[in-house]
Amino acid sequence: MNTSMRAPMGEKSSAQGKQKNPVRDWLVLAGILALATALLIGFPAQRQPSIDAFRQFLSEMVFVMPAVLVIMGLFGVWVPKEMINRYLGHGSGLRGMVIALLFGTLPTGPLYAAFPLSKGLLEKGASPANVFIFLAAWACIKIPQELVELQFLGWRFTLARFGFTVVVVFVMAAIFQRLLDKKPKGIPSDV
Amino acid sequence: MNVTVISINALALVFLAVSFFKDRAKTAQALRSALRSGGGLAPTLLGILVVIGLIMGFVTSATIGRILGEGSGMMGVLTAALLGSVLHIPSLVSFPLGGSLLRGGASVTVIAVFITTLTMVGFMTLPMEISILGKRFTLLRNVLSIIAALIIGLLVGVAV
Repeated sequence: MNTSMRAPMGEKSSAQGKQKNPVRDWLVLAGILALATALLIGFPAQRQPSIDAFRQFLSEMVFVMPAVLVIMGLFGVWVPKEMINRYLGHGSGLRGMVIALLFGTLPTGPLYAAFPLSKGLLEKGASPANVFIFLAAWACIKIPQELVELQFLGWRFTLARFGFTVVVVFVMAAIFQRLLDKKPKGIPSDV
Repeated sequence: MNVTVISINALALVFLAVSFFKDRAKTAQALRSALRSGGGLAPTLLGILVVIGLIMGFVTSATIGRILGEGSGMMGVLTAALLGSVLHIPSLVSFPLGGSLLRGGASVTVIAVFITTLTMVGFMTLPMEISILGKRFTLLRNVLSIIAALIIGLLVGVAV
């Protein structure tokens, strides 16, 4: 138990087969920046709105991402594998699906923030189907968000979309797991 | 500063404090792991932000509204799915937009598909998702999410 709890996520990810090359990532970023500069010089009218949008998303990311990474790091160190495996693993059934759904509705920011947490869940033995549900719930079932939807789109639209989303996502999660299991590779499946 | 930012940072601080009092070594290890993941993600994240900024600058919500408002039939639904998958608009912005389009006569299915793909599918964040969760998981998840969004949209269109 102690060894599984001790393994931090970063190490596992670097042992995850063909790993991303940091130099390449920075080169891609340089390319994107060059392209962006060229575009903004060519289209001065779009300059200000682009920069405003970039600033807005940057501040969102700067304020959200460090907290997510810290939570993920703590999750990796403290949460025992057996627990996640039991509640969200392959044998967790409908209860696991509901837990994944509820876990996903925690008020916690944009979808990309959920990717590191998903990886942590997978590494601790959660089934891919439940991680799929977790991500879908995180993306589109959030209480504050639903209130805004209610306000602008009406209760019929909101309720219908909410209900169908839950049903369709549960079905898709099962299909997702099927397809993923067909040729197991890509994700570290130590489950 | 919004509620999300405050709540997630508060959560992180509380966890961190509890962890620190229980076991300092483990806490340090967790922080190291967080730092390492952050460093690895930084270039991808920044690149995604620049691309998102450009798209937001070049594709205004007036443009989106025009495209979605005109869209009808299967073509309109598929356009909405494509737009929703590619764009990266906060849902708090997409709801008012969807509401005004609905009042303007756009189809319910189109709006439901647009809102659902917007939140569940992320072409812009694909590089990040792949580097964290792997190519197979990511592609499969996004493709199935688009299909799910189409089904959800059609069902909502029938029900509302």
